[in-house]
Amino acid sequence: MKKPLFILAMTTLLVGATALANTIKIASVSPLSGSQAGLGETIKLGAQLAVEEAAPWFKERGINLVFVPQDDQASPDVGVAVARRLVNDDAVLGVVGHLNSGVAIPASEVYKEYNLTMVSPANTNPQITERRYPNVNRICGRDDIQGPVGAEFAVNDLGAKKVYIIHDKTAYGQGVAETFRAKALALGAQVVGFDGTEERSNFNLLIQRMRIMRPDVIYFGGMFDQGGVLLKQLRERKVEAIFIGPDAMDSSELVKIAQDAVIGAYYTTVAGPVELFPAAKSFSERYLAKFNRPAESYALYAFDSAQVFIEAIKKLVEANPDAVPARADVAAAVRQVAFDGITGSIAFDDKGDRLRSDYYVIKFETAAYPGKTVKSITASPSGD
Amino acid sequence: MDGALLEILPSVILEGLLVGCVYAMIALGYTMVYGVLGLINFAHSEVFMIGAVTGVEVFRYLSPHVENPFLLLILATLIGGSVSGLTAIAIERLAYRPLRKRGYTNRLVPLITAIGISFFLQDLVRLVEGLWHSEFYMNYPSYAELEETHDLPLAMSIQVKSIIVIAVTILMLAGLWVLVKKTRLGKAIRAVAQDTSTASLMGIDPDRIIARTFFIGGFLGGVAGVMFGMMYTQVNPFCGFIPGIKAFTAAVLGGIGSIPGAMLGGIVLGQLETLGGFYLPFFTDGAIGTEYKDIFGFLILVLLLLCRPQGLLGKAQKDKV
Repeated sequence: MKKPLFILAMTTLLVGATALANTIKIASVSPLSGSQAGLGETIKLGAQLAVEEAAPWFKERGINLVFVPQDDQASPDVGVAVARRLVNDDAVLGVVGHLNSGVAIPASEVYKEYNLTMVSPANTNPQITERRYPNVNRICGRDDIQGPVGAEFAVNDLGAKKVYIIHDKTAYGQGVAETFRAKALALGAQVVGFDGTEERSNFNLLIQRMRIMRPDVIYFGGMFDQGGVLLKQLRERKVEAIFIGPDAMDSSELVKIAQDAVIGAYYTTVAGPVELFPAAKSFSERYLAKFNRPAESYALYAFDSAQVFIEAIKKLVEANPDAVPARADVAAAVRQVAFDGITGSIAFDDKGDRLRSDYYVIKFETAAYPGKTVKSITASPSGD
Repeated sequence: MDGALLEILPSVILEGLLVGCVYAMIALGYTMVYGVLGLINFAHSEVFMIGAVTGVEVFRYLSPHVENPFLLLILATLIGGSVSGLTAIAIERLAYRPLRKRGYTNRLVPLITAIGISFFLQDLVRLVEGLWHSEFYMNYPSYAELEETHDLPLAMSIQVKSIIVIAVTILMLAGLWVLVKKTRLGKAIRAVAQDTSTASLMGIDPDRIIARTFFIGGFLGGVAGVMFGMMYTQVNPFCGFIPGIKAFTAAVLGGIGSIPGAMLGGIVLGQLETLGGFYLPFFTDGAIGTEYKDIFGFLILVLLLLCRPQGLLGKAQKDKV
């Protein structure tokens, strides 16, 4: 009785070991709890769909492709802890993440040490790719283009003369607000206020200041959860200046928070709305069928980020079917990919920025998400 | 520019008054519990938050059935207040009373308990709301009737909901004053506050009185939560922390343990913050931004407590022999 059990145990162990060696994990890291869970969940689901759809191809070749969603709670500390956990799991070959630039920058230092490749669907801070790490890429645009795109739109298209800028003091919000300010000043507009605030509920002080400064345009560098409340209170206090925000306003939650106040507000985004990409149509149908909720912009970008890994790893597996690719090879292969994603053609330059990225200006004409695209600009890579 | 600054002064003072009213309403809860038990109930900020969240749920479930926004608001206030009051009783019964019965001598023990409960309640509400509606941010609906703006002299304007907040604050203070000074319950509360063991010799059950004090404080906190949610439209499970800290400060500023002191402290703190936050950026040419309003408020608090440690309306504490 003892012997067969022993053999059984040994076989399981061996089978287990081989199965382990043939597992490839792709992780998503985004906030799944806390205040930004709405956007984070979108990133997770987009990546999940890509991985699950690619799994059968890998299965045929005896490889188990697994999706491992992680929660960084939008906090740099947690993000780094998650990064350390991921680098220690040899099966993890790719990370789709993060949502917040302030989290992605420290976490990517960890990935770099262990050669783990990261493709970001959402981190627009220039610093992400300016460090020229071979393993850090992004599929979205950059704030040093996004901010100026907003400023150009405000001054040239809307004819703004006085702008009031508010930001949330994060790497992302303040970063995009500063590039907006620089461009607006260069275009001859007057910046009548530049305030950072961590306030979440009572913006009346700022609003009273605006009543004195009488700006034509208010630019908010920050997330939808804070911006929505600000926008609502602005309109309640009869401040009618045009409201512009960056891509973190791109959430259906904004409409829920600001309700009717959202009408007439603009945001610039690097993630074009689903309707704009022909290939995205069938994606949104599959997404809706699977998760029972409409796909928001970041879902597309997360899907394409995961798609980058799948394309790269497929190539490596085809070239060498007997071995699981090494992390360094994945990093190199990711820089070589060239394919048509659902957000347009995807290829990276030597920094890890996309060769071609589009920026959109979107306006809420009704209190419904998403708004209508009023302008689209194709910008050169890397902002230089 | 200077003319405009002066012209807007009344509006700024009005904003300060509104913020101050919210602080004052919460501060009443801190001051009542402190008066009776000598305990800073830090979980009170979460009692406030629970009131605000309950208010959202009332609007969510009753708005299809009740059309009048004022009636809805009254219902939300009463239900929100009651749920908060019951939460406060539960906190007292499950956490503070067992400690009291064990005859603690160290005041830090209930204080740390209060902080622990505070964290527990934040995440409990987050969990419940997450499972129930998968929402983190909860929004009060907008009603044109509540948001209608009336013009006042001196370039001021006020929304109907702001008027409601001021009215409710005055009503609360008056009601509480009558309750404490004119009713049997109030007399019993004062007796327990003065000397618990002697009060129990006079036929007062201190546990019952303490539970009721918690209920009253919690009820007022819950009403404040609904008012806060209505004013600023968005609440979340962590929204109690900042107003709670500010209200605690207001209670200390006014003299903790004193009911009119809590009120005065709230309004003074609201004014200091608003005026400081508004005018400092202009006078320093933007070097000190509006975000320094808290520093300004707390700086004044420190200076005031240096001169008057018992607070504005507090009585100097004599050491018990």
